Amino acid sequence: MEKFTVHTGQAAPLRAGDVDTDQIIPVRFLTRLTKSGYGRDLFADWREDPEFVLNVEPYSSATILVAGPNFGTGSSREGAVYALTDYGFRAVIAPRFGDIFAGNAHQNGLLPVVVPIQVVERLWHLLESDPAAPITVDLVEQRVRAEGVDEPFPVDPDVRHRLLEGLDDIGLTLQHTDDIATYETTRRPALPTTTRH
Amino acid sequence: MNQQHEEGAVARTLAEKVWDAHVVRSDGAQDLLYADLHLLHEINTPIAFDGLRAAGRTVRRPDLTLGTEDHLVPTQDLFKRIEEPAMRRQAALLAENCAEFGIEVYRRGDPERGIAHVIGPELGLVHPGMTVVCCDSHTTTMGAFGALAMGIGTSQVEHVLATQTLPLTRPKTMRVTVTGRLGEGVTGKDLILALIAKIGTLGAQGHVVEYQGTAIEALSMEARMTVCNMTVEAGSRAGMIAPDDTTIAYLRDRPHAPTGADWDAEVAHWRSLRSDDDAVFDSEVVLDGDAIRPFVTWGTNPAQGVPIDATVPDPSSFADPQERAAAEKALAYMDLSPGTPLREVAIDAAFIGSCTNGRIEDLRAAAQVLRGRTVAPGVEVYLVPGSDKVRQQAVAEGLDEVFTAAGVQLRTSGCSLCAAVNEDRLRPGQRAASTNNRNFEGRQGKGARTHVVSPAVAAASAVTGRLTAPTDLEH
Ligand code: SF4
Repeated sequence: MEKFTVHTGQAAPLRAGDVDTDQIIPVRFLTRLTKSGYGRDLFADWREDPEFVLNVEPYSSATILVAGPNFGTGSSREGAVYALTDYGFRAVIAPRFGDIFAGNAHQNGLLPVVVPIQVVERLWHLLESDPAAPITVDLVEQRVRAEGVDEPFPVDPDVRHRLLEGLDDIGLTLQHTDDIATYETTRRPALPTTTRH
Repeated sequence: MNQQHEEGAVARTLAEKVWDAHVVRSDGAQDLLYADLHLLHEINTPIAFDGLRAAGRTVRRPDLTLGTEDHLVPTQDLFKRIEEPAMRRQAALLAENCAEFGIEVYRRGDPERGIAHVIGPELGLVHPGMTVVCCDSHTTTMGAFGALAMGIGTSQVEHVLATQTLPLTRPKTMRVTVTGRLGEGVTGKDLILALIAKIGTLGAQGHVVEYQGTAIEALSMEARMTVCNMTVEAGSRAGMIAPDDTTIAYLRDRPHAPTGADWDAEVAHWRSLRSDDDAVFDSEVVLDGDAIRPFVTWGTNPAQGVPIDATVPDPSSFADPQERAAAEKALAYMDLSPGTPLREVAIDAAFIGSCTNGRIEDLRAAAQVLRGRTVAPGVEVYLVPGSDKVRQQAVAEGLDEVFTAAGVQLRTSGCSLCAAVNEDRLRPGQRAASTNNRNFEGRQGKGARTHVVSPAVAAASAVTGRLTAPTDLEH
């Protein structure tokens, strides 16, 4: 997984709340067998509109998305994260995220950044008056910076550590195989197995 | 948050008890949680198996893992070739991956096949107190058994395949108490839609919801599953209902239920699984069950719903500017004007099925409405059981004859119009009364409009051609 420390880049103002994962990647595109290639279909239905923010320069080359509340609700599809990362996004800034989406993002080096709606509004305003204004997402200091904005954001310490180091979750868990085996000896013997009867 | 009992034991909620019993190890903020059951379907899994192969890893517990074909299968002609090559490949990959790693898989033609969240309970694979995970947000369905059932993403699927565990942050807990009793023609679907309308699409974010109260206790297992299914639409990690006589009666004699002395021991254990009387929840919501009416969504998220007696709301009536903007956008997509009585909204299609409402009780409710009636001309009805066993039972009960007489075809099981990723799809602009869980833009087909309702409302709407409560029909 790619490390995330400090990222400065072009941002895109997505003036929409309740952006569910069906909008981020419609289900008909969830057929790719690798994580790459998903970016082409990011926001596929919305991108048919020539005025959609990702069809407008310089937002089309954004690496940071600034969206309204409740981003990534709905379906658990990790394809929503693959689509964002494959398009080139490293961070999404919004007042609130769907839980499963945020978890999926952490697994793929995409940083969900939670800031109050007032900060999102300020960033939208900045990006609309000065489209090329750079935004910095600093995971080391846990702050978002832009012209007129210097805002802290919360991150779970474990998640932060893994993202900063680019660590593979499964590898970390496999170091505890003995604990898992010990736990298995304590499971109730009558618990079901999926073996056919 | 927990109070100390006098004897020193900490009062805990049901969710906390099940969580604690599955902690393999604890590492600061996160617990490594053991998964008792892992369900797989065709979508969201190939990349997980790929990752496993690339890292040279194996599946730790194939005997706790089960695959099923549900999303991509045709429902009208079960064995029909899946036309779209990418979808066909995806469908084949589930079987190939399961075979390679020694995992049981229910394929087309298998009499026990169906939607993951329907067959898990039906086969008796979900017991109170278990942890269940699946690559699908509606895994929450299975919390109806007092299990902790959570939807996970593809990376987490890979993690569970390799280790049978997941590192997770301990959730908060919310208690939703539903008092009174649901009235005639009011169902678990209406109850959960009313709750989501009240607390919003992220109203239970980060929480495991436990449902309590007389209206919940009176619900069948099928209705409890409907409630827990849509709990995820309020942003929650899981929904749970403590096991009781209803739960135990449902599990008895299921293929994977314990037998003999094991049954007695497990039942005794299950009965101990409830929140302590003095357990403290992080948040509390109370709903008056007597006041709930058949509900219908008017917008493009599941919280945008009102009783069917109401009118389409005026966006300007929302004080919150975000909600107002969301309502404006939703009404434009749904092609609805403020003030229109919902009962006057004409539909082109009805969908009865999905893991929300594709169980036998749902088909019975639809049959009860359709008996002796016919579907309005021009309304397309998709009647799709949640599993092939549900279908068999419907046929055994003669429901298929009721449906045929009403002009409705009983299909074979699958997700069908819920995800619209097989060949079943609404056309742009078509409007449906649907028993699924999501009214997102394009969910049932690009440009299609969805009103989420109960099976009884969907069936009654199919009869009249507009949104209709079953009690509106002449007896
Ligand atoms: S029926 Fe719908 S919600 Fe349920 S598993 Fe299938 S697609 Fe998901």
